[in-house]
Amino acid sequence: MSWTRDEMAARAARELEDGFYVNLGIGIPTLVGNHIPPGVDVTLQSENGILGLGPFPTDAEVDADIINAGKQTITELDRTSYVSSADSFGMIRGGHIQLSVLGAMEVAENGDLANWMVPGKMIKGPGGAMDLVAGVRRIIVLMDHVDKNGVAKFRKNCTLPLTGTNVVDMIITNLAIFQRPTRQSPFRLVDVAPGMTAQDIRDRTEAYFEEAL
Amino acid sequence: MAQKIYPDAAAALDGLLRDDMVIAAGGFGLCGIPETLIEALVASGVKGLTVVSNNAGVDDFGLGKLLRTHQIRKMISSYVGENKEFERQFLSGELEIEFSPQGTLAERMRAGGAGIPGFYTRTGYGTQIAEGKEIKMFDGENYVLERGIVADLSIVKAWKGDPYGNLVFRKSARNFNPMVATCGRVTVAEVEELVGPGELEPDQIHTPGVFVQRLMLATRNEKRIEQRTIRQEAI
Repeated sequence: MSWTRDEMAARAARELEDGFYVNLGIGIPTLVGNHIPPGVDVTLQSENGILGLGPFPTDAEVDADIINAGKQTITELDRTSYVSSADSFGMIRGGHIQLSVLGAMEVAENGDLANWMVPGKMIKGPGGAMDLVAGVRRIIVLMDHVDKNGVAKFRKNCTLPLTGTNVVDMIITNLAIFQRPTRQSPFRLVDVAPGMTAQDIRDRTEAYFEEAL
Repeated sequence: MAQKIYPDAAAALDGLLRDDMVIAAGGFGLCGIPETLIEALVASGVKGLTVVSNNAGVDDFGLGKLLRTHQIRKMISSYVGENKEFERQFLSGELEIEFSPQGTLAERMRAGGAGIPGFYTRTGYGTQIAEGKEIKMFDGENYVLERGIVADLSIVKAWKGDPYGNLVFRKSARNFNPMVATCGRVTVAEVEELVGPGELEPDQIHTPGVFVQRLMLATRNEKRIEQRTIRQEAI
């Protein structure tokens, strides 16, 4: 059995703490916003210059001047502020954003992350990913445990060009959860999907990790 | 008072354009892009351009229009994934690209406009972006030296502007526009609304007129939406 995308997002949402400022990446990480636990108040940041992202608009509310970093139309809240791109990345680079949830192609056992380009394929560019991993205090990665060819994505070393070195704190895959208390420690397996064992995870993982189930 | 208001985009760009120049353009995706001035650049035929802009537009809108006409030689951007024509020209070697991480790009323009030739950032350390760049350690952490950007010409889109060149942007259409406005040797702004002297609240001005040499009323405000995402009922 493996966790669904929504279950992965819900697990990541449990890491949110009251009062956090959070940046959610495009794709599965965006789903985290649907699972914010009751009683926890977080402010979502979008790196194109919005602090306090609201929900998608109704048809009548659509405003072309209010978009998120995924270029989707969104709305503002009573707490919303707009800033320039320089100020937005000042928040990120300056360590004022507590948590970011991102997707990944590969994570290495030392916390290196690759999520921006595949050699030989069209290069789209890093966008804000390199800035986020370099500046946000805690980085959670949501990804499938293995790629579509069955190859482990949590590896000894990344084979793809890096987005950042030693930047990942927690990995939530569809099969397992790995965490580490500091960026000097190895990752520990802290949870597995229903029906999976630690050995099942070892069989599907190339990276070194300790067990703390 | 120097006359900063021009009758249209062609007049506002008159005498400023030459082949192989560097142009910085505001906007994120298709939001807050100077649509009217881009159209005037297409009409001008200026070519060999290096364009500094977070994105490269889409095939038939925004900077994509200048790509179609092969007027751009090089882009300095953080993300160009929305443009098929870009991909075609890049793969055939007609177009050069310099990727700059988004926050680094914003800071490079802010620095350039503020007289700062370079700055150190953690962003990109240990990645391809840092290759060939000076690395310096501060307090036990490695930082990459990135250069400030000064453009020959900057073009921005604002919501409101007054005869002094003071600008106010609207919501997330602000994005890169304030930094772009500062980093041009000459900056031309297109505004959705021209207002009279004193009509902008001094405390609310985003870009003061010192950074804007010319402005004109925008005649293109299509504001195309890339991802129209809606929810069904009111929450």
